[in-house]
Amino acid sequence: MTFEWLHPFLIATALLLAAVGAVRRVNLWRAGQPESVDFVAGLMAMPGRYLHDLHDIVERDKYMSKTHAATGGGFVLSLLLVILVHLFGVQSQILAWALLASLALMFIGAVFVFKRRLNPPSRLSKGPWMRLPKSLLAFSSAFFILTLPMAGVLPEVAGGLLLTIVLSIFIAMGLSEMLLGMTWGGPMKHAFAGALHLAFHRRPERFGGGRSTGLKPVALDQRVLGVQKPEDFKWNQLLGFDACVQCGKCEAVCPAFAAGQPLNPKKLIQDMVVGMAGGSDARYAGSPYPGKEVGQANGGPLLTITEGLIDPDTLWSCTTCRACVEECPMMIEHVDAIVDMRRFLTMETGSTPNKGAQVLDNLIATDNPNGNAPASRTNWAADQNLPLLRDLKETDVVFWVSDGAFDMRSQRILRAFVSLLKAANVDFAVLGDEELDSGDVARRLGDDATFQSLAKRNIAALSQYKFKRIVTTDPHAYHCLRNEYADFADGLFDNIEVLHHTTYLNELVQAGKLKLSRFKGGKVTYHDPCYLGRYNGEYEAPRELLRSLGIEIAEMERSGFRSRCCGGGGGAPITDIPGERRIADMRMEDVQTTGAELIAVGCQQCTAMLEGVVEPRPQVKDIAEILAGVLLEDEAENNVESQLEEAF
Amino acid sequence: MLLDANTSMDLKIVSLISVGKHPTSGRARRAEQDGRAVELGLSVAEAGRGKQNLTVLHAGDSQQSALRSYAGMGLESVRVIQLRESADAVSPLTEYLRKHAPDIILTGVRAESGESSGMVPYLLAEKLGWPVVPRIANIVSIKEGVAEVLQALPRGQRRALTVRLPFIASVDNAAAEPRQSAFGPASRALIEQQQASSDADAVRSEWSELPARKRPKRLKVVKAKTAADRFKAATAKPQGSGGKVLKDEPVTEQAQAIFDLLLEEGVLR
Ligand code: SF4
Ligand code: SF4
Repeated sequence: MTFEWLHPFLIATALLLAAVGAVRRVNLWRAGQPESVDFVAGLMAMPGRYLHDLHDIVERDKYMSKTHAATGGGFVLSLLLVILVHLFGVQSQILAWALLASLALMFIGAVFVFKRRLNPPSRLSKGPWMRLPKSLLAFSSAFFILTLPMAGVLPEVAGGLLLTIVLSIFIAMGLSEMLLGMTWGGPMKHAFAGALHLAFHRRPERFGGGRSTGLKPVALDQRVLGVQKPEDFKWNQLLGFDACVQCGKCEAVCPAFAAGQPLNPKKLIQDMVVGMAGGSDARYAGSPYPGKEVGQANGGPLLTITEGLIDPDTLWSCTTCRACVEECPMMIEHVDAIVDMRRFLTMETGSTPNKGAQVLDNLIATDNPNGNAPASRTNWAADQNLPLLRDLKETDVVFWVSDGAFDMRSQRILRAFVSLLKAANVDFAVLGDEELDSGDVARRLGDDATFQSLAKRNIAALSQYKFKRIVTTDPHAYHCLRNEYADFADGLFDNIEVLHHTTYLNELVQAGKLKLSRFKGGKVTYHDPCYLGRYNGEYEAPRELLRSLGIEIAEMERSGFRSRCCGGGGGAPITDIPGERRIADMRMEDVQTTGAELIAVGCQQCTAMLEGVVEPRPQVKDIAEILAGVLLEDEAENNVESQLEEAF
Repeated sequence: MLLDANTSMDLKIVSLISVGKHPTSGRARRAEQDGRAVELGLSVAEAGRGKQNLTVLHAGDSQQSALRSYAGMGLESVRVIQLRESADAVSPLTEYLRKHAPDIILTGVRAESGESSGMVPYLLAEKLGWPVVPRIANIVSIKEGVAEVLQALPRGQRRALTVRLPFIASVDNAAAEPRQSAFGPASRALIEQQQASSDADAVRSEWSELPARKRPKRLKVVKAKTAADRFKAATAKPQGSGGKVLKDEPVTEQAQAIFDLLLEEGVLR
C-alpha cells in the first residue's frame, strides 16, 4: 500500500497527543485538595469495579448495557490490537483476525449507539455526543478495512489512492475522537476519567454491593469551610466530575428538576467540569436548570463557584434524596458536592436562604429547629410513663424520640410506637431532655459546626448509659446515628446496633412478640423514605411488616431504590426554593396511579409532606400507626390507651 | 442610604452589644436588638467606605462565646472592655467613647438579661452630653453632619427625625433583622480586649433575679355590635381618648396629673 508510513504515524501521533492531554487533565484534578487514596489497591480493583459495580447499574437498562459492552469492550480490545498490528507491525494472522472480530463487535455496538441517537430522549446531552456514534463507526469500519489484507482476506492495495485517502480521513476522525477526545475533553473523556474515578473513588466502600452514604465531616479549623472554588474540592471529587457521560439518568429521577426548581444534577456536574477547567457553559448541550438559560455561566478553578457559575438557588433546591447518586452509572457523588458548596454558603457567607438562618439559630440556642423550650421535649409523653435512662442507667433498647416530640402529628406516631413497645414487653427507655436534635437538618443545610456540636453532645449523653440498641421512628436521625456519628463517637457505636422502627418491629412481629389482627381496609401502597431506603438499604422490613398484616402492597412505579422523594429532605422545606410544582404533589400523583386509599410510610417528615397535599387524597399513616391499629391487646388498661389513640 | 462625601469619609460608628438570653432555653446568644444595632451599623458603614468604620463594642467578659455570634455577621473584630461580672458598664463605656469620639452610637433598646432597664443609652448620653433618639428603625441619610432617622412607633408607623451628629440611638425591633451569623468568620474574628477600671454596680448587687412573668394585659371590653365594628376594634389604633397634654403647666401640676392617673389605674395603691 502507498503511504505505508501514514497510518502508524497517525496512530503514534494520536497516542502521543493523548498522552500530553492526559498529563494536562491529571493536573486539573491535582489542583484539588489532597485526599489519601490507596492507589495500588484502587488500580487493581478497577477492572472488577467496572465489570461488576458499574455494569450492575448500567444493566438496569438492558439495551444500553449490551450496547456499551459491545462498543466499549470492542474498542478497548481493538485499540490494543491496533497498536500491536498497525503501530508495531506485528505480523500475525491470528492477531489480525482477532482485531477484525473485536472491530466487528465494536461496529455492532456503534450501530446500536447510532440507533439510540436517532431519536434521543431529552435526558441525553446532544452536541458532541451526537457525533460520537459516527466516530465510533468511522473508527471501527476504517480499521476493519485496513486490517483485511493482514488477515489475508483481501490482496494488498485494493482500491488504490482514493480508498487510502478515504480510509485515512476516517482513521484520523476515529482516532481524534477516541484518543484525543479521551484526554482533551471530548465525550470519550469518560473512559479515561471514569476508569481512574473507579480506581480512586472517594467512597470505595460503595463497591461490591456496599453502601456509604454518611457525609464526610468538615475540619472546622480550615482556612475556608466548605467549597468556595473548584480547587476546594478533593482531587478525586474533581476526577469524579470528569467521569460524567451526560447520560442524564440523574436528571430523569431528580425530584427538584421535575418540579421545575432550578436544579439539574447533570448540568451541575457539567458546571463543575467547567469550573475545574475554566470557561463558560456555552458548549453544554443538555437540558438546562429549569428556568435558566444555558451560556451565561462562567467559572474557573480559582473563582468562587456561586458568583457566576452556579446560582445558590440551584444548590438549595436539592432534597439530598440521593436518587441521582443511585442512578448514576459512573457512581458520581452529587450530594457530597452540593453539600460541600452549601457548607461554604452557610458557614462562610451566612446566606442560608429563607427560614434557614432562623432554624440554625434555634438549633444552636435550643437544640431543636423550632426554638421550643428544651425542657419541654418530653411533654408529649406526659401520660405515657416512659422509663428514663437517667433513672435506669441500663436498658435493652433506647427509643430515640427525635424532634417529632414537638410536633402534634408526629406525636401520634411516637405514641403508636410506644404502645407497640409496651405490648411486646420490650425493655426500653428514652433519653428525655438529654436527647437533642440529631443534627440532620443542620448538616444538610451546610452547618457542620452545629451538626458536630449536636452530635458530640448526643454521643456524650448516650455514652453515660448501657444499652444494646437504639431504635428510632425518624429515618433522618437513624441515618445520622447509624452512619454519621461514628466519626465523632470514639468507638461507641461499635457494639451498638442502630435500627429503624420498621426493622425492629418486623423483628418483633416475626418473633411472635406482637399479636396483630389482619388489616381491614382498602388498597395500601408504601412510600420508601429516602433516608431509610437509599441511605440505609432498608426496603424489605416495612414491606414484610405490611405483608404480615395480610396487606398486598400496590407498588408505585417509582418504589424501592427508585422511590421518588416526598420533598422533605435536605432542609428543602426550610430553604423553600420556588418551582413550578411541589414535589409532594408529584409523589401524591404517583400514589394515586396505584389506586391506593392508604399510604404507608416510615417517616414523620414524609407524613408531614404527604399530608400537606390538598384533599381529596389517600390517607397517610406511619407503619407504627397501622400496626397499633390492629394490635390485639389482652390487658384492659391497654385498651383504654388505644381508645385514646383513636380519639386523636 | 445617602451619605455625602464629606461625612462618609470619616464617619465613625460604634455599635454597643450585650449578651442576650434566649427566651425559651435561657442560653446566652446574640441579643435581638443589639444584633439589629450591629446590622444597622454595618449597613451605614457599607454605604460609606467599608466595615472598618464600624466598631462593635462590648463591656463585660471577653471569653463569652455569644460575642462570636456577632462576629459571625462578618466583623473582623469585636472590641471588649474587660469587666468583672459585678461591674457597672456605664463609666468605662463613657470613658472609651469620650476618647474615641464616634459620630453615631447604636444600642439596643434594652438588654435581654441583667437589669434590662434600657437606661444605658440615656446614661451615656447624659455623660457625653449628646442627644438620644430612642427606638429608631433606620438611618435614612447623613448629610453635612445631620442624620435623618426613622423612629419606630407602634403599629408600623414611622416618624422622620433629623438629628445632628454625634448622637446616640437605640435600635427598635422594627429595624432590619440582623444578618445570619456564619461560623467561619465568627471563629476567626479577633476579640480585642481592653482593660478598664470600674466600680461595682451598686444597684444590681442588691437585686436577685427571677424568671420574668408575662405582664398582665388590661382586658379590652369591646362593645361592638357588628362584625365591622369588632374588626375595627381589633385592628385600629386606639386614638388616645381621654388623655391630656400638659405642656405649659407648672411641674408640680404635671406630676400631680401623673400621680392621679397611676392611682386611677390602680398602679399605685
Ligand atoms: S452525573 Fe452520572 S447519571 Fe448524571 S449524567 Fe453524569 S453520568 Fe449520567
Ligand atoms: S439528591 Fe435528589 S434532589 Fe438532589 S440533585 Fe440528586 S436527585 Fe436531585
